[in-house]
Amino acid sequence: MITLNGIHKSFGNNQVLRGVDLHVPTSESMVIIGGSGTGKSVTIKTVLGLVEPDRGKIEVDGQNVAKADRDAFLARFGMLFQGGALFDSLPVWQNVAFRLMRGALKKPKDEARTIAIEKLRRVGLKEDVADRFPAELSGGMQKRVGLARAIAAEPEIIFFDEPTTGLDPIMSGVINDLIREIVVEMGATTMTITHDMTSVRTIADRVAMLHDGVIQWTGRLDEMDTANDLYLQQFIHGRAEGPIEAVR
Amino acid sequence: MTGVLAFLASIGRVILGLLASVGRVTLFALETISHILRPPFYWREFGQALVQIGWLSLPVVGLTALFTGGALALQIYAGGARFSAEAVVPSIVAIGMVRELGPVLGGLMVAARVASSIAAEIGTMKVTEQIDALVTLSTHPMKYLTVPRVLAATLAVPVLVAVGDSIGIFGGYLVGVTRLEFNAAAYLKNTVDFLEFWDVGSGLVKGAVFGFLIALMGCYFGMQSGRGAQGVGRATKSAVVAASVLILASNYVLTEVFFAA
Ligand SMILES: Nc1ncnc2c1ncn2[C@@H]1O[C@H](COP(=O)(O)OP(=O)(O)OP(=O)(O)O)[C@@H](O)[C@H]1O
Ligand SMILES: [Mg+2]
Repeated sequence: MITLNGIHKSFGNNQVLRGVDLHVPTSESMVIIGGSGTGKSVTIKTVLGLVEPDRGKIEVDGQNVAKADRDAFLARFGMLFQGGALFDSLPVWQNVAFRLMRGALKKPKDEARTIAIEKLRRVGLKEDVADRFPAELSGGMQKRVGLARAIAAEPEIIFFDEPTTGLDPIMSGVINDLIREIVVEMGATTMTITHDMTSVRTIADRVAMLHDGVIQWTGRLDEMDTANDLYLQQFIHGRAEGPIEAVR
Repeated sequence: MTGVLAFLASIGRVILGLLASVGRVTLFALETISHILRPPFYWREFGQALVQIGWLSLPVVGLTALFTGGALALQIYAGGARFSAEAVVPSIVAIGMVRELGPVLGGLMVAARVASSIAAEIGTMKVTEQIDALVTLSTHPMKYLTVPRVLAATLAVPVLVAVGDSIGIFGGYLVGVTRLEFNAAAYLKNTVDFLEFWDVGSGLVKGAVFGFLIALMGCYFGMQSGRGAQGVGRATKSAVVAASVLILASNYVLTEVFFAA
């Protein structure tokens, strides 16, 4: 269970978040949609403590994240970064197994490698990429390695920042199904940011739309199409005309 | 009047900014030291840093020392000839090398090579969110990135200085024997007889301090790096400038401490 309460965040004069309230129940999949640059990535980074909010409170399972023991807290999380954020000094399999090779979850090297290759397979990558370096992979492949790394230690809470951007439609389908599986089978709590409405419909239990620094609309997936919100309707149908101004 | 005030205010701003930076760097240094003392310690990263900073800097430090030793011999010979003291060449070359030029020039060359590459590497990691990714993977960036590099540089630079000292003295010897018509055995005897332990030791201590400062500046500016390629470029430049200035300033302070009468 993740609860965001009145989160504010500015960068200089740029007021990005102006009071975000959001609730993600345990073992559910929340999908965040919203225009480019509205602060979706910043929102999930505030939960992980990578960006410190100016104001507001974030709780995970009723515990204030600002006061939690960082190591124990972060051990429960996995995160796929929008840009992949792979360690370019390490081969692919060591990126995926990063968590399994150090600290509390440390496993023997062979075992870590086996798990890494299994996770790579789940994101549609063959064993032969395991020993390549991130810079030798295509953008979409890097994204999937990042995804494999996020799920490698089977965390309880996983954030996916645009998991299917840059993938072909078939691979997008594979990844959408994988994320859905992770929620259903592993019971993980997930927050996914996406611009892809097919992903939204496959992955989401709940949807939240971020607009102008606040959650413009949130509700269950089956309520989305009938919701009486002009912003939401314009967004999900991709209309140029509507209350959201598209500067031209 | 307002012009004067504005001028004073701008000086004040610069000084305040400088003090703030000194404060931040000091805090960063203290944090680094506190992380050195607390587990976990990443041995693999430490080993890689030793190779990067120590082993791969050998050629540049060696060449610098070789040419400096040679030039030093020529200069001291020319200077000594003015009061018929050419015989001091071997011992002055040795003392000049191990006390001053070995550590300082070696340190500056390592700063150019290492502070820049550390700042660029960590800056790029910052810009591409790899540092954030480390945090989400329960790995402290200070422990994983800063501690191995700072420790490796602190240990490797004195060794580089020792090697540079020997090569520099050898450079002086080569010039002395081939160009200045010194007797080979006499040159060596002169070098060894007048060199004291603390001449060498003080240079090695300087090397350790310079090594610490070089890696610290590389890591600090890398971690502070702004966004984008421009941010990384600026971080790299600042790291080299700061490391070089700190080397020269701390060299003076250490020399005062070690040798002031
Ligand atoms: N570290 C930072 N420093 C300054 N500004 C930032 C920083 N991070 C984000 N921003 C600003 O915050 C705003 C929101 O950024 P964010 O990355 O959250 O957008 P987003 O909703 O994820 O967009 P997209 O869909 O394009 O990924 C942008 O205007 C961005 O410029
Ligand atoms: Mg984003």
